[in-house]
Amino acid sequence: MVSTPRRRIVLALTLLALVAVLPLSALAGQPFWVNAATRIVIYAIAALGLDLILGYGGMVSFGHAAYFALGGYTVAILAANGVDAALISWPAAILVAAAFAAAVGALSLRTSGIFFIMITLAFAQMIYYATIAVKAFGGADGMSLAARSVVPGIDLRDPRVLYAVTLVMLFGALALAGVLIDSRFGVALRACRGNERRVRALGFSVFRTKLAAFAIAGAIAGLAGALWAEYARFVSPDMGSWTRSGEFLIVAILGGTGTLAGAIFGSTVLLELESLLAGVTEHWMIALGAILLVVVLFAKRGLYGWLAGSSDG
Amino acid sequence: MTLALEQVLNGLQFGVMIFLLAAGLTLVFGIMRVINLAHGSIYMLGAYVAAASEARGLPFAAAVVAGALGAALAGLVVEVVVIRRLYGRDHLDQVLATFALILIANDGVSIVWGKTPLLMSTPPALGGSLALGPLTYPSYRLVLIGAGIAVAVGLYLIVQRTRLGMLMRAGATDREILGALGADVARISTTVFVLGALLAGLAGALLGPILAVQIGMGEQILILTFVAIVLGGLGSIRGAFVGALLVGLVDTLGRAYLPSVFHAVAGPDVADSLGNGLAAVAIYVLMAIVLIWKPRGLFPVGSG
Amino acid sequence: MHKIARASLAALLVLLLGGGAARAAEPVKIGMITTLSTAGGYLGEDVRDGFQLAIDEEHGKLGGVPVQLLVEDDGLKPASGKQIADKYRLQDKVQIFTGIIYSNVALAVVPSLVEDGAFYLSPNAGPSQLAGKGCNKNYFVVSWQNDTPHEATGAYADYLHIPKMVVVAPNYPAGKDAIAGFKRFYHGEIAGEYYTALDQTDYSAEIAKIRDAKADGIFYFLPGGLGINFIKQFTQAGLRKSMKVVLPEFSLESHVVSAIGDDALGLYGTGHWLADLPYPANVAFVKAYTAKYHRDPTPYASQGYDTAKLLAGALRAVGGDVSKADAFRDALRKADFKSTRGAFKFGPNQHPIQDWYSARVVRGKNGKLVIRGFGKILRDTGDVYASQCKL
Repeated sequence: MVSTPRRRIVLALTLLALVAVLPLSALAGQPFWVNAATRIVIYAIAALGLDLILGYGGMVSFGHAAYFALGGYTVAILAANGVDAALISWPAAILVAAAFAAAVGALSLRTSGIFFIMITLAFAQMIYYATIAVKAFGGADGMSLAARSVVPGIDLRDPRVLYAVTLVMLFGALALAGVLIDSRFGVALRACRGNERRVRALGFSVFRTKLAAFAIAGAIAGLAGALWAEYARFVSPDMGSWTRSGEFLIVAILGGTGTLAGAIFGSTVLLELESLLAGVTEHWMIALGAILLVVVLFAKRGLYGWLAGSSDG
Repeated sequence: MTLALEQVLNGLQFGVMIFLLAAGLTLVFGIMRVINLAHGSIYMLGAYVAAASEARGLPFAAAVVAGALGAALAGLVVEVVVIRRLYGRDHLDQVLATFALILIANDGVSIVWGKTPLLMSTPPALGGSLALGPLTYPSYRLVLIGAGIAVAVGLYLIVQRTRLGMLMRAGATDREILGALGADVARISTTVFVLGALLAGLAGALLGPILAVQIGMGEQILILTFVAIVLGGLGSIRGAFVGALLVGLVDTLGRAYLPSVFHAVAGPDVADSLGNGLAAVAIYVLMAIVLIWKPRGLFPVGSG
Repeated sequence: MHKIARASLAALLVLLLGGGAARAAEPVKIGMITTLSTAGGYLGEDVRDGFQLAIDEEHGKLGGVPVQLLVEDDGLKPASGKQIADKYRLQDKVQIFTGIIYSNVALAVVPSLVEDGAFYLSPNAGPSQLAGKGCNKNYFVVSWQNDTPHEATGAYADYLHIPKMVVVAPNYPAGKDAIAGFKRFYHGEIAGEYYTALDQTDYSAEIAKIRDAKADGIFYFLPGGLGINFIKQFTQAGLRKSMKVVLPEFSLESHVVSAIGDDALGLYGTGHWLADLPYPANVAFVKAYTAKYHRDPTPYASQGYDTAKLLAGALRAVGGDVSKADAFRDALRKADFKSTRGAFKFGPNQHPIQDWYSARVVRGKNGKLVIRGFGKILRDTGDVYASQCKL
């Protein structure tokens, strides 16, 4: 994550704005802002993980929603069986998602380009149809969580607390990804896109480097899915649908790939535009489509690139 | 035995229809390196135009032609306004831009034609069934198989025997070569895109009588189409044909036989959920296996 | 620095815009979360238009009380439905909700709304999870419990003396519930059960198996476009001559009939509402709806209209003061309104007890296909989950 001063300022202001949601919503008497912001941050976490493999490793995963769904279902299934300690269910969600991502990655990384896009989609579709078909997990109707999980010392039932926790997770994921990118592993990951000899010179194997990054991205999506289950108190197969995978891709691309923090912008803009336009007109899709089209045709480096300027990061 | 034969014919017909979509998609990718998610929307447009034309009193055949031409026209507009700006851009930009086109197309269709699915009737002459030995088979589905195979042969001749086809093959192997051959790359790209749109529109119009002409019908079939072209190897017409037939056959036969196979070896409850579940993902399992075995599809072309 | 200021401003604005300003609360707000986009968009459109018609008849009021109808599209995504509900609840202080079409959206949205003290009046989905043990005093279903349309269809197949039936439904819990509901009232032989993928378009494989099963009739639960695809392909396969087709109202309403065309002639159906029911409330509704929207009403439209009328009666009873929750609830329970479907009352789980009608597609006087009623098939019928509900 090569940083220019301007990038750092934009990033700092963005994070500040996210924190400011809490006092601002209280001042304005608009508790709903906290809910809307929670959703945005959860999407940002998932897309941030995706950007790690997409923007740095050049791996276009079209099945990222599967890990999101696995994370959510892990929490919901554990909760249904009486495990309501977040300190158990969240790590479990991360592990399950990471393990599945590692398996998918191991099978998929032999391919590249559009073949990789399609094979990741294929595995995600298998998860999607599994969640629909299994009656024990609610099938197409999904599963409700009777209550949010318990974390000692804090009350997740309060939406503001949940938002704060989600925000901490976002900062954590951002920091972790930043450290990874700047490390020797990150250099190798970036080199995987073109210069495989350089990867080996750094003492890494191309396959293992990509696989590790893929599993980490899956783990982060699993965390996002777990947070989603807590936020919505509900999980359903559409969490893992291919359109959801597409949404995550769009969030990452819209914000600007290879920027990590761009995911925050992408998710803010996509989700807010959706809800704003849907509130105004029933034909919100055509407006959203037109806006997306203009952005992609004219803002070539994504929103974050447009705001923070190019640094060839 | 008759039943098995019927199921194979069913799979064949489904595969041939997917081929009509896959042909355009694989050419556009092969030559322009553009991932066009909006291909399904053009197919939907073909179906809507055909259904609306028929509702205005056009005979069936004319309505089908109108649908194909309408889709081709839409393809021309989309190519000139959007796709042309995406050549040479990152695949991701293409995904985002063509996804935006899906949103616009779906909502646009609901504004023009309303949200209710449209009616398109089978022409009375083709409404019945034909006896093929012991098997009776719907005449219209035979027409679909015939139309699909005719298009496949026509495309094969264009690709193998004409100058345009020669340039298409050259472009699919190595895009740089087109300029070196002195070809007008922009015109070839437009031609190929419009041809692909025409075929997609034709598929939509032909399927109108057996499907609900409705919003979102494009996305349902888009994924199957992508599976087909990826199975076959991108940019290859032959690959798209084989891939489409594989998808059609595996999907149909999976649904036809997997549940009963599981019934033979497991209890009814397990068999139902496993068999039906597996039938739903059969083509994805097939694609995963093929790609693990042959990472660039069955008939890889050029530099991929 | 100019650009940075622009950047931070943009980020903040985008965050805040979704909020918008709260308005002074004059009329009673009604939050309608419904499906207006995707292939299922026409269902939500009908519910909304039916509901709106009732408001328009009173020139912006229901039961003499000024109302404001907020409508937003959930895009058939449970998460979006939840988001809209939160927004209406927290930002617009909405007390009364309605509109959801699909059970999966309802299950994501309704429980937390009613636990929070809001009222939800369902104009369509009536999932079993919320009809039995999961019932709630603030949750009312105006349409039907999800199983009942299939039970009525089973009863009709029984009445028609069809000896051997095959049944088809998508492979998900609601599909299996539908088949279970059908079998509860049909006592003939089931010659085959077929489960399809949820987004399947080509049914040739299933149709070939159905032909092989040599049954006398078929029941399928394939809502909207799925059913249109299926019946077109089924008819082309030449099976209509040998098999009677008996359908729940999801697969036989005016949208579906117009999209199937002449192939629809002779289909058997059931419904809790039909366009030709002779009740004065219904005659007036059909006339007004057709005049206003230039399309035939569907069961969904009647459900939207009836929901608004139910609400009107209760609002009148409390003089528009929804904060008197107990009085408002009691008024809702009384169901003091003229339903388009005839007799209507709530059972112990606040789901309808109503009559079910048999119907058939025939050619009307002007050559247009119509769904004609042929009398009641079930009377005063509730649902099997009511006894598990402790209210």
